Amino acid sequence: MKKLLIFLFISYTCFLFSQEILLNIKDKPNNDGSALSISWDTSQIEASKIIIERETSDGEFIAITSSEESTGTFDDGSNIIPGIRYIYRLTAFDNNDNIMQIVMTTSESYAQWFNKDKISLLIFALLITISIVYYIFSARSGKDLYIRKISGLESMDESVGRATEMGRPILFIPGTLDLDDMQTIAGLTLLRRLAQKAAEYDAKLIVPVCRSMVLSTAKEIVKEAYMKAGRPDAYDPDSVFYLTDDQFGYVAGVDGIIVREKPAANFFLGAFYAESLILAETGFSSGAIQTAGTAMPSQLPFFVVACDYTLIGEELFAASAYLSKDPHQLGSLKGQDFGKAIFIVVLTIGIILEISGVHFLKDFLALH
Amino acid sequence: MKRKIPLLITFTVGIILIISEFIPHKPFGQLSGELEIWFLIISGFAILLGQLSLFKVNILKIKYKQRDWQFYTITLISFIVMVTFGFLWGTGKSAGMLGHGEIISNTIGYKPFDYLFHNIYQHLQATMFSLLAFFIASAAYRAFIGRTVESNLLLVSAVLVMLGNTTFGSLLTGWLPESLNFLHLPKISEFIMTFPTTAGQRAIMIGAGLGIIGSSLRIILGIERSYLGGE
Repeated sequence: MKKLLIFLFISYTCFLFSQEILLNIKDKPNNDGSALSISWDTSQIEASKIIIERETSDGEFIAITSSEESTGTFDDGSNIIPGIRYIYRLTAFDNNDNIMQIVMTTSESYAQWFNKDKISLLIFALLITISIVYYIFSARSGKDLYIRKISGLESMDESVGRATEMGRPILFIPGTLDLDDMQTIAGLTLLRRLAQKAAEYDAKLIVPVCRSMVLSTAKEIVKEAYMKAGRPDAYDPDSVFYLTDDQFGYVAGVDGIIVREKPAANFFLGAFYAESLILAETGFSSGAIQTAGTAMPSQLPFFVVACDYTLIGEELFAASAYLSKDPHQLGSLKGQDFGKAIFIVVLTIGIILEISGVHFLKDFLALH
Repeated sequence: MKRKIPLLITFTVGIILIISEFIPHKPFGQLSGELEIWFLIISGFAILLGQLSLFKVNILKIKYKQRDWQFYTITLISFIVMVTFGFLWGTGKSAGMLGHGEIISNTIGYKPFDYLFHNIYQHLQATMFSLLAFFIASAAYRAFIGRTVESNLLLVSAVLVMLGNTTFGSLLTGWLPESLNFLHLPKISEFIMTFPTTAGQRAIMIGAGLGIIGSSLRIILGIERSYLGGE
């Protein structure tokens, strides 16, 4: 038995070294088994071109890639099913397109249960989640938490009051993205509080939306807010309405509303693109008190110059918790602050290490 | 029950989606994509609600002859015309109920829907977008008025970036010797855009990312319920 094993090992080694072309195919790691990684080296025979083919279920070979490089890698992700063994063929050609050598090999892919490339993400996500949950429980136990003042949110009552005094409506825009964007949800959570205030003050609220899903959610939120304020009779189902999905069509519609209705207070809370300044400047020209909030870094400068108050990035997401004064929600804000502290420490260490020529932290944090 | 079931669904789906980010194996790996398809299907049905809302609001304004009610008729007529043309002769390569409308296409160059899209809709869209240039000018004027240290800094950096991106900027400092190349306006502009601006934007993005994690956890754990209309 031992002799046989030695014989097989020597035969295999000889086979490997006798090959002039190296074709290596292995499972692409950290995925659902839908790809195989192919690497080749034809430098020993100086081929001018190679073609790699895969055998189909009909027994035919179809080309999946070609290259003029002597070495290279390629990920074959076309209709690869985990657990099935695939046959690959590499054909090397010379300058006259004559076949120099053909090599065949087989391989199969496997679905992974954990994506190791995301381990740094998992560690940070866990750290931040644990800190948020810890502060939520800490707040529940009655610990006093300091949260800095956010002027944009403090002014909400003032805006509603101003609109009531002037007898003009309040305009609320929940951004131009759909419900699958967190900024839209953050905007809508603020809408509930705004609608409740509007109901209490008996101010008219206008909510034009550009997504049908946002329409149904916003309607429900405003209706519930009026009911909670004890003013279900004051709720106007047509105060929340759909304009269009089109970006600039929506802007034209909202600008028209601003010019005609002259709202006393405008709220732009959600995700915005190029329409941000068109909306905010029209609102500014109408003399409304304006509050904006978005996490779109490129749109923030526009809001800052055209609006009275701007919620920058995280402040938009913190708004609902901030206004609720609920210890559970405020606790989560402290958790976020702890997350920021972690980032500052890691960034500082990362900068020092990179300057020192040590790259392991950058490599560890990089998502592949 | 009206609250508990949506909260339970939110919690379950939220946790599964978080897990699926780290587990590529079936069924977790495909869940995110599958749920996106669900979302598209639901939003497809929701479009009908949007159209109904559009009709209702506009018809009511016309019915009660509200101020500028004529404009609302234009909205409705435009809507009906586009939908009808789309249904009858289709759009792009898709055929409508009456086929491709070759006779009309040969006369006007496009299918009726595409003709209106290219000749009216796109121009209106471009008009709205071009307003941005004027609004940028008026907003920049206000932002650049030097009142505080911050606005002065903004003014100086904005002038440097704007000049650096013009040929005039290159001309102004083009005579500088090689040793003072770092003072060349396009270089200064590039520096401002690459380092301070990017650093500021990334700081905002990190904060927003943490905010999204915090908000998501509040929603998944049922602490934040405003989106359901409750506390």
